[in-house]
Amino acid sequence: MQPEAHAKAALEVAVLVSIGRHPLTGRARRADQDARGVELAMSLDKARITLMHAGALDDDSESALRGYLGMGFQTLTLVEQPRDADVIPALASALSETKPQLVISGERAEQGEGSGLLPYLLAERLGWPVVSGLASVEKVEDGVATLLQALPRGQRRRLQVRLPAIVTVDAAASAARQSAYGPARRGELRCTEALAVPDEASSEWTVQPARKRPKRLKIVKAASARDRFKAAAAKAEGGGGQVLTDVTPEQGAEAIFKLLKEEGVLR
Amino acid sequence: MLDSILPVLIFSALALAVIGAWRRVRLWRQGRSSPVPILKGLAAMPRRYLVDLHHVVGRDKVMSNTHVATAGGFVLAAVLMILVHGLGLAQGVLGWVLLAASACMFVGSLFVARRRRNPPARLSKGPWMRLPKSLMAFSLSVFLITLPTVGILPEDFGSWILAVALAAVLVWGLGEMFFGMTWGGPMKHAFAGALHLAFHRRAERFGGGRSTGLKALNLDDPKSSLGVETPSDFTWNQLLGFDACVQCGRCEAMCPAFAAGQPLNPKKLIQDMVVGMAGGSDANYAGSPYPDRPVGEHHGNPHGPIVAREGKALVDAETLWSCTTCRACVEECPMMIEHVDAIVDMRRFLTLEHGNTPNKGAEVLDNLIATDNPGGFDPGSRMHWAADLNLPLMRDVKQADVLLWLGDGVFDMRNQRTLRALVKVLRGAGIDFAVLGNEERDSGDVARRLGDEATFQSLAKRNIATLSQYRFQRIVTCDPHSFHVLKNEYGELDGHYEVFHHSTYIAELYEAGRLHFKPWKGGTVTYHDPCYLGRYNGEYEAPRNVLRALGIEVAEMARSGYRSRCCGGGGGAPITDIPGKQRIPDMRMNDVKETGADLVAVGCPQCTAMLEGVVDATAEIRDIAELVADALVTESDPHTQPTAEARIAIKEVAS
Repeated sequence: MQPEAHAKAALEVAVLVSIGRHPLTGRARRADQDARGVELAMSLDKARITLMHAGALDDDSESALRGYLGMGFQTLTLVEQPRDADVIPALASALSETKPQLVISGERAEQGEGSGLLPYLLAERLGWPVVSGLASVEKVEDGVATLLQALPRGQRRRLQVRLPAIVTVDAAASAARQSAYGPARRGELRCTEALAVPDEASSEWTVQPARKRPKRLKIVKAASARDRFKAAAAKAEGGGGQVLTDVTPEQGAEAIFKLLKEEGVLR
Repeated sequence: MLDSILPVLIFSALALAVIGAWRRVRLWRQGRSSPVPILKGLAAMPRRYLVDLHHVVGRDKVMSNTHVATAGGFVLAAVLMILVHGLGLAQGVLGWVLLAASACMFVGSLFVARRRRNPPARLSKGPWMRLPKSLMAFSLSVFLITLPTVGILPEDFGSWILAVALAAVLVWGLGEMFFGMTWGGPMKHAFAGALHLAFHRRAERFGGGRSTGLKALNLDDPKSSLGVETPSDFTWNQLLGFDACVQCGRCEAMCPAFAAGQPLNPKKLIQDMVVGMAGGSDANYAGSPYPDRPVGEHHGNPHGPIVAREGKALVDAETLWSCTTCRACVEECPMMIEHVDAIVDMRRFLTLEHGNTPNKGAEVLDNLIATDNPGGFDPGSRMHWAADLNLPLMRDVKQADVLLWLGDGVFDMRNQRTLRALVKVLRGAGIDFAVLGNEERDSGDVARRLGDEATFQSLAKRNIATLSQYRFQRIVTCDPHSFHVLKNEYGELDGHYEVFHHSTYIAELYEAGRLHFKPWKGGTVTYHDPCYLGRYNGEYEAPRNVLRALGIEVAEMARSGYRSRCCGGGGGAPITDIPGKQRIPDMRMNDVKETGADLVAVGCPQCTAMLEGVVDATAEIRDIAELVADALVTESDPHTQPTAEARIAIKEVAS
């Protein structure tokens, strides 16, 4: 057992962490999903964890980044980027330099674009597989990770992926541990210079606060608590849908357009 | 023959005692530095002992008299024995006084022995059980060896066998009283206790003063440690204080967590700190253990962790998190040991370094950081409860006589009733008041008591900055926790205010004739003293005066006033929620039931919440403000003295 453990090198894990934003007060904080990603990394056996953030350093972002350090880390790698930069090239080059086997990130950022595309664009650039919505990493053996992916309604799917890979976590992963003030204060933000590529696409956008989206009411006519519970726990019934195969993009778009009309999303 | 060996015996016992004292002092000096005036403290010590300490001991008259006889007799006998038998100064009355002193001590030790025949559970057994015998051995042998000295018995009375026997008993007595005093026997309490009184870190407590605010951590210095990790992280006079414990168990008898079967016993905790200071295991502890935690499984050393991250060390984290910080133990301790300070010091380390605040602790602290209130509510919704009250905001009026501090109860529908009542009372008395509204934040009480000093100081500093923008005479609040923190703990951060609990303020308004009440028509009423109003701030009378003014005769509970039992809601205890055998508020409502009261008057949102959470309670729970508001007789003619509502109505018409 011992010699084997010796032979097996530590698993290099990089967790991409972003500056979160509290939904009520808008204060900077450690982002919930990213913190869950850090927690996931900390649950891995023999992992050498690097925290990585690409962005600008100011008072707010520093306190948020120190929130991750407070989970028990001595350093955090800060890839310095101006505010309007596209961080993907910088992150990709930083990752290809440090060569982690597993990269963990949250599903989407709590502020900024928050498109959730970063892991995919990063994976495309690095040529790595990406797995989304992880609940846990069960084991890593011989460069293959066994992952548990969270599906709706508490379902889980076991997947195997060859490393290196990028995985993302959402609210299904276990909650992050408390961030302690002492280690957060002591931790070091290790700044690294990186090429800044301005995000040209976003400079042309206009940004406005999001409107609250309407939520479809699920009307349950239930006479008893049992019925209500069944309705709440029932799987979505896919009775009305249709599967389109071998259709042209136009036909597909047509079908989607028709459905949106029917559902009242487009008027 | 005795004449020749007595000086040898006495001076060798004294020499051993001095060596022991030096070793003991070295144990205390392992702690961090804490500047105290040494000479001034030593000079004040006799008075602190005779007045302040005996004020607490005197709550039990028999024990108090026993202690006066035994301790007084011992001190006098010991000094005279050294003079008479050690130095041979037997002339005149000295021998006779020595006889009287040892006789007095013997009588005292008889009472000690009587108490030890069927000792209550709170007393420690073990070596303490031999103490009355040792006291008798000392006093009796000193008495007997003095008889020939004063000439009652001839010098050569009895045989050498008798002399040897007497010398043997004296060795026992000297061993316990001199050697044991500094080498860790039961008499250690006298040596450590005297010095503890001299070098107490809260000298303000002596001479009738009060010092209850927690001491701030220095967060600006990155090298200063955050709380207490190992016994040597305590200050040296805290370690000395632990060593002074006499294991009388009065704290244990008063501790609500112990009574509820949670794993805390203040006496055991202090003894564990002594074990940690000296190094070793708690196996020799001879008192009641922490409920459900057997003795002998924990061990520690001066530089080892008190709470292990995993496994067992000196104490379990649950022990520290069971405390409600109600201060009943501190109030009761005849040695004036500061249990709550020690517990919060250790909690600070667990929260600030381990990041291990149990149960909802982490969530509450995160909420406090992100939203300035423990519930995580939108700070912009603080004033929603008062949407119809047109409360004047400090931001608009800039100054007012009274700043009404609302507290986090604004988010709690039950406390909103109390707040509405209080507003009605203030308006009824025509008070010029204003609120901070959304500018108010949590006072930091819960954060501080959960050990998160950083969040406390952040909240406190921002509150102080907000308060400094406005002019007001005094702060009035219906939350004793905010009251205590604003009054006693903001001072260290340069926030000095005159703060009133609403009961005190209402009592003053009534005294001044600004409030008039209808006669009370309800049933029997009892009053529950909130810890943070009573024990922390000494306000026992004002709430009772208000109730009296309402025409209510308070049916007091067995435990009221300074002995009031905690509701279980303080110190973040409902947040950390350490399981026990029963709930503290249930026990308190049983106390209420025993008085046969139909209604409990309270003066704290936390007490209201805890006591109202009791199922099948026999009494209703009402805040004093609600009782006052219900009984309020408003001026019959609103034009002579317009209330604030009337003023606003006029304004609306005019515009």
